[in-house]
Amino acid sequence: MASQRKISAANRHWRWFTNNLASGLAVLSTILVIAPLVAIFIDLVYKGASSLNFSFFTKLPAPVGETGGGMANAIVGSGVLLVLASAIGVPMGIAAGIYLSEYGRGTKLSNVVRFTADVLNGVPSIVMGISVYALIVVPQKGFSAFAGGVALGIMMIPTVARTTEEMLLMVPLSIREAALGLGVPAWRSVLSITLRTAMPGVITGCMLAFARVAGETAPLLFTALGNDFWSTSLRQPIEALPLQIYVYALGPYDEWHRLAWAGSLVLIVLIVVSVSLVRYVTTRGVLKGAT
Amino acid sequence: MNLRIQEPRAPKSETAEPVGGLVPVAVPAPASGIRSFLQSRGSSAAADSTFRWLMLASALSIFAIVALIATELVTHSELTLSKFGLKFFFGSAWDPVNANFGALPFVYGTLVSSLLALVLAVPLAVGTAIFLTEMCPKALRGILSFLTELLAAIPSVVYGLWGLLIMVPLLRSYVDPILIKLLGWTGLFAAPDFGIGMFAAGVILAIMILPIISSLTREVMTAVPHTQREAVLALGATRWEMIRMGVLRNARIGIVGSIILGLGRALGETMAVAMVIGSSPTIAKSLLAPAATMASVIANEFAEASDDTYRSALIEIGLALFLVTIVVNICARLLVWAVTRGTPAREA
Repeated sequence: MASQRKISAANRHWRWFTNNLASGLAVLSTILVIAPLVAIFIDLVYKGASSLNFSFFTKLPAPVGETGGGMANAIVGSGVLLVLASAIGVPMGIAAGIYLSEYGRGTKLSNVVRFTADVLNGVPSIVMGISVYALIVVPQKGFSAFAGGVALGIMMIPTVARTTEEMLLMVPLSIREAALGLGVPAWRSVLSITLRTAMPGVITGCMLAFARVAGETAPLLFTALGNDFWSTSLRQPIEALPLQIYVYALGPYDEWHRLAWAGSLVLIVLIVVSVSLVRYVTTRGVLKGAT
Repeated sequence: MNLRIQEPRAPKSETAEPVGGLVPVAVPAPASGIRSFLQSRGSSAAADSTFRWLMLASALSIFAIVALIATELVTHSELTLSKFGLKFFFGSAWDPVNANFGALPFVYGTLVSSLLALVLAVPLAVGTAIFLTEMCPKALRGILSFLTELLAAIPSVVYGLWGLLIMVPLLRSYVDPILIKLLGWTGLFAAPDFGIGMFAAGVILAIMILPIISSLTREVMTAVPHTQREAVLALGATRWEMIRMGVLRNARIGIVGSIILGLGRALGETMAVAMVIGSSPTIAKSLLAPAATMASVIANEFAEASDDTYRSALIEIGLALFLVTIVVNICARLLVWAVTRGTPAREA
């Protein structure tokens, strides 16, 4: 009897100990996960903000050895690339999302398309880069902003399609029925009723895809290539913010590192703002008319 | 991401009849004459079917993209595919000058850096998921999950910049000497130590895949029904025993799926790795030595690949990377779907 009680006491202590050990480890791992994030943000803000100035946004990169200079051409170039990418990725993504939710719901084909979109999402961006290189740069015999925009646009399609589909699925059937009951053609009902109702959600999906490709470097290495001078032509190589950060980070000069931090800060602010916007909208109710 | 909200399942009516291939709508029989008249009106019918085909074409374009990537990669790597065959992946000579290519060092680099990242990231990610789902006060949970989401949104090149300028010097002066002293006898951590190398790549990869693994693990763990937890607690279990027996055991398939998804990400990660791994086509036993991965060698050498064989060899590496990540992703998706859709694990 006494020995049994002793064992059970030891057992209880052991269980108490493992319970606290496991809880402690869970807390510790959370801290370890958050620590690099905080470190990255502090470094970015501290190093980036101290080197951000007006000329960063207005000047071309300075020649090697000179201080000053900016990334104006990279900012404009990123803008050109992202506009082109959105022009390709957003309409095609939304259209594919509409098909998945409105026409192919529950069919085998739409399941396969959905699965393929998820898989395409996981294809490394560098592979996308060399495919577009083989597809566009080789036949045209030159790097171009067009090729870079296509590479980024293709990467946007699966993300936009999947979020559009998820948002459209939340629109109640009664709204579609009401529109069709009034004799509205199916295509008008999809565009002006279903899609419109889900619009805030669809827009956040597009922002998410936009934020993702805004930071992509690998698909641009062999398509847009980079350019030290002003260029907005689609047929010429063009500079982009992530490309410039990559080149400057690997360079040996402190001045370059300074500019790379500043460029990263600009990029991160752009991305964090859009991700926070997405979170704000999704937690505030996605659908406008439907309750 | 947080966007995955459960769709409201609409009850399907028995008498439903598709209107223009759209959503089932119950229509009373007498109106069908009017409806067929409305549908047969020239413009609207044509517009409807055109619209439908356009949407279908866009959906099918996703297949087209995958097919296009595959064919472009195959046709542009034909040179080395026919010249080296399967030997390409087992040869360790990477000699562009003599046009002799073997991709083994890069396959090795990709595998080792990804495994290193998993070893570092998985315990931390699962620990974080446990903390967030089972222990965390509600107010903190929102902030922490938002922070981990932000971690996932940082571009690869910014990780690379931070890794190269901040993390590598830290590793070189504080972490690596300790590892050499403690684990030097294994030969895995041996001088000379430049800071950049396989270990740095593994660490930065671990930081990058943490948010994916932990957020998916969290999703799977939340899917475990509360009755499981209550049943285990009712038997007198401590919290950890409840988590181990009630939650982790039920969620294990999904957790494995999320780990594989993280692996898929790590295998294809390019920029950050290319910046901190030191790009050297060698197989070294020491993890502190510079190495190269399949993705990093493409990023670092493609621009200077002047002749066709060299370029073809790099594209073939890209092809292999494409196939491997597709297989890994398919496995992971199937596992995650098995848990969040059907419920083999929930019933266990």
